Amino acid sequence: MEPFTTLTGLVAPLDRVNVDTDQVIPKQFLKTIKRTGLREGLFFDWRKLKDGSPDPSFFLNQPRYQGATILVTRDNFGCGSSREHAPWALLDQGFRCVIAPSFADIFYNNCFQNGILPVVLRSEDVQLLMNDALTIEGYRLTVDLDRQAVTTPKGILYRFEIDPFRKDCLYRGLDSIGLTLQHEPAITAYETRRMAEAPWLFPDLRS
Amino acid sequence: MAGKTLFDKIWDSHVVRSEPDGTTLLYIDRQLVHEVTSPQAFEGLKLAGRRPRRPAATLAVPDHNVPTTDRRLGIADHVSALQIQTLEDNCKDVGITLFNMSDIRQGIVHVIGPEQGFTLPGTTIVCGDSHTSTHGAFGALAFGIGTSEVEHVLATQCLVQKRPMTMEIRVDGTLSDRCSAKDIILAIIGKIGTAGGTGYVIEYTGSAIKALSMEGRMTLCNMSIEGGARAGMVAPDEKTIAYIKGRPLAPKGELFDRAVAVWHSLQTDPDARYDATITLQAELIAPQVSWGTSPGMVIGVDQAVPDPRSMPDEKLKHATERALEYMGLSPNMPITDIAVDKVFIGSCTNSRIEDLRLAASFAKGKKVATTVHAMVVPGSGLIKQQAEAEGLDRVFREAGFEWREAGCSMCLAMNADVLKPGERCASTSNRNFEGRQGAGGRTHLVSPAMAVAAAIEGHFVDIRHWS
Ligand code: SF4
Repeated sequence: MEPFTTLTGLVAPLDRVNVDTDQVIPKQFLKTIKRTGLREGLFFDWRKLKDGSPDPSFFLNQPRYQGATILVTRDNFGCGSSREHAPWALLDQGFRCVIAPSFADIFYNNCFQNGILPVVLRSEDVQLLMNDALTIEGYRLTVDLDRQAVTTPKGILYRFEIDPFRKDCLYRGLDSIGLTLQHEPAITAYETRRMAEAPWLFPDLRS
Repeated sequence: MAGKTLFDKIWDSHVVRSEPDGTTLLYIDRQLVHEVTSPQAFEGLKLAGRRPRRPAATLAVPDHNVPTTDRRLGIADHVSALQIQTLEDNCKDVGITLFNMSDIRQGIVHVIGPEQGFTLPGTTIVCGDSHTSTHGAFGALAFGIGTSEVEHVLATQCLVQKRPMTMEIRVDGTLSDRCSAKDIILAIIGKIGTAGGTGYVIEYTGSAIKALSMEGRMTLCNMSIEGGARAGMVAPDEKTIAYIKGRPLAPKGELFDRAVAVWHSLQTDPDARYDATITLQAELIAPQVSWGTSPGMVIGVDQAVPDPRSMPDEKLKHATERALEYMGLSPNMPITDIAVDKVFIGSCTNSRIEDLRLAASFAKGKKVATTVHAMVVPGSGLIKQQAEAEGLDRVFREAGFEWREAGCSMCLAMNADVLKPGERCASTSNRNFEGRQGAGGRTHLVSPAMAVAAAIEGHFVDIRHWS
């Protein structure tokens, strides 16, 4: 996983609440057995008009947001299906950071597994960033994970909270499975202990 | 020391180790795997040169992509076929049990777990699927995870977690005649909203919950995720134990008796505290119908479509307008005036034998309206077999419903069962998102009884007064 340290990038606004992962990437793109190449499915149904042509009012179709790496959006982003294809598609499109007042749990977790930083800011602050991203051409933000801060071009700074363990993993781009495997002795000890209490859960380990 | 909730008891018995900041390595007893969210996990394992730690703790089944028509014809869509084949190859490679498409035990992953006795009280259960919450009906801590975490569990049998908060949702009283678990959970989501449960594990309590069958509790817990909670649970009781007894993967003999003794102890202590409590009165719950594009946009069948003009909150107003436009509905229209084109009875929410029996009892001797296309998709091959043994398939067929093979089908329309743009469907599934059942399709979430009545009348009716 690619580490996330600081990111300065173009901001794209998605002014909708409760964006579910069925919208982030619809089902027809879930038949893949790969993690890559999912950008064409990103917000697929919202990119097109009824006749199938690109909707010029949708941000992804606007030249000014091409190359955006930061997405600013509304409450409860990523609700619904657990599909990790949602962060994969965002990443494939170039997004490394999503800023919203709140996220759905599974999506939030999935971001960290893929080097994407989900930033929770107060609703009022997100509103200001959204306004700027909509009105100021070429609007960029700097996101500093170490300092846990988002800075605007005018130097206004918004601090965000993040779980220290997750921060560390993301900052260093750690392999989380590798980390867990370092605790192998503890896992084995747990299994041995638990097997005595609840042997019916371990038909494969009982001799 | 304060007592423990059901959740606390399960969590505490699964902690492998924890850091001072609360980061916990949690042991996972059981994992279910399906074809859509697993290929990248198996690939990741292979690339890292890792093997599953306990292949026997995982059960796999293809369900999302499978055709619900004659299986002997194979899968027409070669991309779907490849995904299903990949699951079979991966499982064979590492020694994971898989029920393939021609196995009578094949079905929706959240239906077959309980059906096989793989789902047990007091366990931690995960699956790369948000409706894993279903298994909480057995007093298990069951939650959906992403593909990277699927890989993590395969490799380590553990997950790194932070302790969530607990919420009690207490439903007391007696449900009105013909109202069901589906109406309870839709009413709950209508009350707390789609993010109301974010960060919580819900325990459902109260006399109306106790009165539910295991099937009803599964319906209830299934949609916990639609309220934002990753998990929902109901404490095990005699019904739970009776359901599990004799299932193929359940413990047997002396081990079963030992397990039962432990399962009885999985009750929230009287002096335990939840972080939040919400209460509902069962008598006040009407049959529910969703009118919008999020499960929280739901209302009693005896009410009318909301009017955004009367909403003070700008964001809510905007979201409502957008939803009504997508759904092709006008404000203040009575729900019973909404006509449907399709009816879908199925999904991990409502495709179990009890759902089918109930649906058949309403369909018996009636005819599906000529304007409606209706189908019934059983949750598993075994349910289909059971239903056929009871003659339910005949009841459905004679009434004009299609009778299909088991799978997710039109719940998410990854196979050939898809709504056309603009088509309106009364569905017993769990999500009414834009395009969920097909691009441009319009979904109304309802109970099986309400779905049958809508199929026959061609529009929604109040099932309480329907003859
Ligand atoms: S039936 Fe629907 S909700 Fe359930 S697992 Fe299948 S696709 Fe998901």
